[in-house]
Amino acid sequence: MSDQTEAVVDTVPAAARQVSENVVLQLDKIHTFYGAIEALKGISVDVHQGEIVTLIGANGAGKSTTLKTISGLLHPKSGEIRLLGEVISEMKVHEVTAKGIIQVPEGRRIFPRMTVEENLEMGAFLRSKDVEGVKSSMAQAYDLFPRLKERRMQKGGTLSGGEQQMLAMARGLMAAPKLLMLDEPSMGLAPVIVELIFETIKTLNAQGITILLVEQNAAMALQIADRGYVLETGSVVLTGPGRDLLHNEQVRKTYLGES
Amino acid sequence: MALDTLMQQMVNGITLGGMYALIALGYTLVYGIMLMINFAHSEMFMAGAYVGLFTLTGLTNPKLVGSGTVAFLTKNGIGLVLLFTIVFLIAGVAIGLLGVIIERTAYRPLRNAPRLAPLISAIGVSIFLQNAVLLWVDSKALPFPQVFPIVNIKIFGNASISTLQIFILVSVVLILIVLDTFVSKTRIGKAMRATSQDRDAAGLMGVNINTVIALAFFIGPALGAVAGIFNGMYYGTVNWNMGFLPGIKSFTAAVIGGIGNLRGAMLGGFVLGIIESLAAGFLATGYKDVVAFVILILVLIFRPGGLLGESVVEKV
Repeated sequence: MSDQTEAVVDTVPAAARQVSENVVLQLDKIHTFYGAIEALKGISVDVHQGEIVTLIGANGAGKSTTLKTISGLLHPKSGEIRLLGEVISEMKVHEVTAKGIIQVPEGRRIFPRMTVEENLEMGAFLRSKDVEGVKSSMAQAYDLFPRLKERRMQKGGTLSGGEQQMLAMARGLMAAPKLLMLDEPSMGLAPVIVELIFETIKTLNAQGITILLVEQNAAMALQIADRGYVLETGSVVLTGPGRDLLHNEQVRKTYLGES
Repeated sequence: MALDTLMQQMVNGITLGGMYALIALGYTLVYGIMLMINFAHSEMFMAGAYVGLFTLTGLTNPKLVGSGTVAFLTKNGIGLVLLFTIVFLIAGVAIGLLGVIIERTAYRPLRNAPRLAPLISAIGVSIFLQNAVLLWVDSKALPFPQVFPIVNIKIFGNASISTLQIFILVSVVLILIVLDTFVSKTRIGKAMRATSQDRDAAGLMGVNINTVIALAFFIGPALGAVAGIFNGMYYGTVNWNMGFLPGIKSFTAAVIGGIGNLRGAMLGGFVLGIIESLAAGFLATGYKDVVAFVILILVLIFRPGGLLGESVVEKV
């Protein structure tokens, strides 16, 4: 992982070069294009077992593009993505899902004309042979978000924004993910719900789920993250432990709105 | 008298509507998943009628299958059930596979092209299939053998229903129930619904989108083929351009019901069939197409999403 930080202005030395064993996910100099536009300019990121890693940055910095490239919705033009050592960058989206990388997409993207319960069933689409496991996952999901249980027969499209975010996360958990990727889970939600969502992320992490979190709410994301990467126009410009980044002057100025 | 006509036209309309519903499902299934109107779908109906005709002719040809078999298949109830089961199965599977092949060759390469491109490709497929029949089969209409025993049953005054109409209706209703259950209850059916509501999100759940698309392109044409055979049995004839008008009408039915919505397509089919038949009975036969398209225009003005189409609710 020594080539990891080539393009990185590493103001927090050694942070990114921490323990290299237990690497779940590794992005190695990923370049992703939208047509002729280069959205990711050689991004390298790694996520270790049990971590919360966050990608922060402004609109258009390439945060969501990074997640989509990992999940197979987009494909990198060059560079490699490895899950537990296995190259997954050429895989189709359903194959990546089958490997245990679950993306909870930006804007929640629940199935609006399916009931809450059907949405959860879709989350467990690839676990059809594990009937008992799916059952217990569903019980866990309802424990985690009791609100969803009350509304289990309601159509997803009739839920409030906060409830939809809960559903999207619960649906992701139904797949029993090795790595859960959350794309802007706090977007457009009331502060109380945002609190709840972040509390839930911590709870899930404490249960052993590795999390890659993309957020515009940099302050909150960095507070709960073990490590963070700061993205700017398709490149990693800064990386380090969440708390260090939170206190980094450059980050405070640019992303936390301090002068 | 008027009541007789009403009853008769209702019976005719429901029969016609059932066929429209079957074809409309094919349009709506593909549209729901691909957001594309498969203009070659009317040719699935036509080709299905031909495959059904050939299978039926083959199975009732003493030289091919022996006179004993023919007698068994046509002279008693069990034989007839068996005969038509085989005919519908062969035509359904053959045209279903044709649909899958068309998707592979004519639409999939254009998956990321502008939306006009697959539309033009579909029209090309339609012209190709019509001309294939013209070239390899016949430019003249072929008679559809009356193997099915048709008996008219008086139901009200002069109004009657034929055994064929009953057969078509019962079959259509059974097919609709099976399809509806499949889509709402089974794992693959749910994956199809999920894909039609949000393709990327379905992929993130692990659904193989290409499998779902192939399935839609199998089921739709297979149902179209079944409708084509019903049409052949009902009107006693098949020809190379028989798909055109029912195709347009069924597309209309799908839009009236709310395109992309399966129950909408079923409802739209029956609504259109009944209204058309009533127009033919009470106005003049020539007006039936006019009335059908007037209904379409009215629905598009007052309920652009269709009767069962849900207004798009977007929460951000």
